[in-house]
Amino acid sequence: MRDVFIVGLGLTKVGEHWGLGLRELGAEAILAAIRDAGERRADALFVGNMLSGVLSGQENLATMLADATGLLPIEAVKIEAACGSGGAAVRAATISVAAGAAETAIALGIEKMTDVSPDVVTAALATASDHEYEAGFGLSFVGMAALIMQRYMHETGRTHDEFAPFIVQAHRNAMTSEHAMFHLAVSPEQFARSPLVASPMGLLDVAPVCDGAAAVLVCSRDALRPHHKPIRIAGSAIATDTISLGARKRMTFLQASETSAAKAFHQARLAPGDIDVAEPHDAFTIMTALTLEASGFAKPGTVLDMAKAGAFASDGDLPICTFGGLKARGHPVGASGTYQIVEACRQLRGDAGKNQIAGAKRAFAQSIGGHGAVAVSHILEA
Amino acid sequence: MQTPGYYRVEGPYLRLQGQQCRRCNAKQFPPNPTCRSCGATEFDSCNLSGVGVVASFSEINAPPAGFSYPFLAALVTLAEGMTIAAQLTDIEPEDVKIGLAVEMTTRRIAETGSEGCLIYGYKFRPRLTD
Repeated sequence: MRDVFIVGLGLTKVGEHWGLGLRELGAEAILAAIRDAGERRADALFVGNMLSGVLSGQENLATMLADATGLLPIEAVKIEAACGSGGAAVRAATISVAAGAAETAIALGIEKMTDVSPDVVTAALATASDHEYEAGFGLSFVGMAALIMQRYMHETGRTHDEFAPFIVQAHRNAMTSEHAMFHLAVSPEQFARSPLVASPMGLLDVAPVCDGAAAVLVCSRDALRPHHKPIRIAGSAIATDTISLGARKRMTFLQASETSAAKAFHQARLAPGDIDVAEPHDAFTIMTALTLEASGFAKPGTVLDMAKAGAFASDGDLPICTFGGLKARGHPVGASGTYQIVEACRQLRGDAGKNQIAGAKRAFAQSIGGHGAVAVSHILEA
Repeated sequence: MQTPGYYRVEGPYLRLQGQQCRRCNAKQFPPNPTCRSCGATEFDSCNLSGVGVVASFSEINAPPAGFSYPFLAALVTLAEGMTIAAQLTDIEPEDVKIGLAVEMTTRRIAETGSEGCLIYGYKFRPRLTD
């Protein structure tokens, strides 16, 4: 397989974009990525999205966006892996270039969530879980995460308040992140007092509903140009686990997260200790904890101690969620995986502004669909 | 869920009808085209006991469209060993704890509007029998 490089980055601000639909959001990110790469057209377009059909009545999304961006008659398809769709689109673009089917490809992650009422979004998000045996019984996506968290607290003796460092840090990082949804600090006390959404989780355990789109343009070594600041995709892997939570051998261990991370590290010939900056799937506080443990950045049961000691802060051993993460940058679900990649590339280019982690050379990003049902891991190298 | 979809899951929903693998004898629920233990595809039908213990729980205050709240969600580990997601009923939130003995009861799960039917299925309540 050929080496693949990221040479173009584009994103929209994350938030409630009342004035922008799928067409406008997607075009903004795609055209920005093409400009950033030096006005190169692309051979293929992979659109990561979860909910355009359910929430906007729009499928055939990749074709619509190819038309919206003047890229016709480009090969274009939509990639769906629930909340991991954006990461999966990057994986698809990577495969197409690595295999030699394309010299350049664009991966877009996009989601438009704010046109409908919260209970409709909640029902739509629940389509990521087993409809017949979980979602159909009223178990929301947030509810399933709460069941995992309650079990984790039971097995480890940890308390809800011990998850506060993840939220405090994410919001702190977002303060200087221009494209982030939230620019407000959160204290441990506010985290502890936030209204219960699904016990033991409060509102501040949960990433927000929002809109956004992010895109990367990838290319082969032959297509690199002198003006590029290429970031090599050193590892790229997807792994799956049972869609239903109940069927897992262990409720509090994300096997797909471990498997996909291990595959990506194997490809890159690197270990978790080699990573300078990480973008985990922090859709819920419990998911931040479990993905860091499963991906090899913390031994099971120790991640909260590391968080308390500041290991994941900007000046810690492994800075995470450097632009606010899903929690504070925002979680436009099918777009989040692509935002992670764009943000990691900015760190590795040295273009992260006030959020720059000094000397970052290697980054890890993991995007997850369902509660660990599908995990997409990428390792990037400057 | 529409009527044909409900027709397909009637056995599991109303009788906790699962499968027993003809090759390795493992029981599984919900039904799956392949055995999660050995990969075989031949099964006998088997109804589960419906008794188990609460493995985790949550009081849900923000449910999906079509469900009223608050309600109690749980993971229940059945006597046969598998864990399933379901709602708890006939119990107050402060009385639920991990390890609580529960049993299946049939209740209304959801209404699906004018074209759909009333969906009945399993919930779990504190165990009344020994």
